[in-house]
Amino acid sequence: MTAQQVKSHSIDMSSVLRDKDVSQQPTETCIKVENLNLFYGEKQALHGINMEMQKKKVTAYIGPSGCGKSTLLRCINRMNDLVDSARIEGKILLDGDNIYDKSVNVAALRRRVGMVFQKPNPFPKSIFENVAYGLRIQGINDKRVLEETVEKALRGAALWDEMKDRLNDNALGMSGGQQQRLVIARAIAIEPEVLLLDEPASALDPISTLKIEELINELKEKYTIVIVTHNMQQAARVSDYTAFMYMGELIEIGTTSELFTNPSKKQTEDYITGRYG
Amino acid sequence: MDNSKIGHHISEQFNKELEDVRNKVMAMGGLVEQQLELAIEALITGNIEQAEFVIGQDNQIDTLEVAIELECTQILALRQPTAFDLRLLLAVIKIVHELERIGNKAKRIAEMAVKLSSHTNAMPKHDMDRMVELVKAMLDNALDAFARMSIEEIPAITERDQKVDREYENIVRLLITHMMEDPRNITRFLDVMTTVRALERVGDHARYICEHLVFMIKGENVRHLTQEELVDKINQPR
Repeated sequence: MTAQQVKSHSIDMSSVLRDKDVSQQPTETCIKVENLNLFYGEKQALHGINMEMQKKKVTAYIGPSGCGKSTLLRCINRMNDLVDSARIEGKILLDGDNIYDKSVNVAALRRRVGMVFQKPNPFPKSIFENVAYGLRIQGINDKRVLEETVEKALRGAALWDEMKDRLNDNALGMSGGQQQRLVIARAIAIEPEVLLLDEPASALDPISTLKIEELINELKEKYTIVIVTHNMQQAARVSDYTAFMYMGELIEIGTTSELFTNPSKKQTEDYITGRYG
Repeated sequence: MDNSKIGHHISEQFNKELEDVRNKVMAMGGLVEQQLELAIEALITGNIEQAEFVIGQDNQIDTLEVAIELECTQILALRQPTAFDLRLLLAVIKIVHELERIGNKAKRIAEMAVKLSSHTNAMPKHDMDRMVELVKAMLDNALDAFARMSIEEIPAITERDQKVDREYENIVRLLITHMMEDPRNITRFLDVMTTVRALERVGDHARYICEHLVFMIKGENVRHLTQEELVDKINQPR
């Protein structure tokens, strides 16, 4: 073989090895939490939280019950405003703007930051009307726009093929897993930037859970997703970043692959390996 | 023995499963060490019976390797371990593979002991002594580090591998000289060379065990590094 021929046999493995690790990918901050403290009356539920969530990535909050992960999630679309005794200090910046600024219109904020809860909460209306609801309250009644949006949202929530012939059926007749995806369709119909998911699969069977997880994976192409879950394996499967919280404090946040294979804090290690500290 | 790394799970059953895996690895390590010891002794003394005993025992090591690997696979599937627990099981799967390889080398040495039994004077015994001691100590210390789940001693163990390599080169040079001096002995000296090579490989596998231990305890991959790079990584704060 000539030197030239030898050279032609050299194989560049860099594409094979290209890192799937999110820490190697470019990121853009979507949500930034700065020195956030939250009190329920006298009791402090969140202690000086500082963290960033990246655009079009999935961030999971894990931690034992009562550690403040749902409280923190609800701060991101100001759901805690509805709790009388709740008082908040600090900032949450969405694309650089503080959502707790006096000038912020909370209804407009919640259009940008959609939320899905543990128990699916469809309205006692038809499947179509459930998804169209958000548009109707914005005053959109054009039939064609509604139909297009509903189809797009149902497709986005992986429900279209199952439901396209049943759009006028009552949503309460759907299975739990379908209802949860319907609620996600309702949330994405108004095209938010951020989706907050609070234990979205904890009331579902394993197959419906996998469908929701698959859906989360598809949704992150378009949305920034923050998910609270008790199920650590679920957090490991769906998220790019994981934050571990304990007693109202953020103990550690990092890429999911690093946090689950080699966490830097002992408290995290004890929790994810099922040890008592 | 430090059980704190393995124990303290909320699930007592999980503690027991991991403890059981560790005990089996240590038992396998003990058996492999004994095989190596007996094989080398048989080689030096020309004791065919002892060599055949070693050859016959090798399948026990194979059985242990398969059993431990299966146990790890089942724990991975049923417990979905994370962090240290995950690394422990991954490292054990690799460590038992290294131990099985060392077992094969011991068997190889025992086979050569049978072949060379009537020519024990062909052995460069004096020159091999040092290498034998180095290799045995490497394996012993690596298994000890596993039992204690500690990486403190690792740099000292892996450093010895370089010495083993140098001893190996010296013996090879010596054997080549002998072969050139008397070509009638080439066949015999090739067998001696195979034996010395097996011993040198035991040192390599002991080093690999140490590398797997660093991954298990520190979460750092230190394979394919120079001794200096390895020491740097071990000393790096997390």
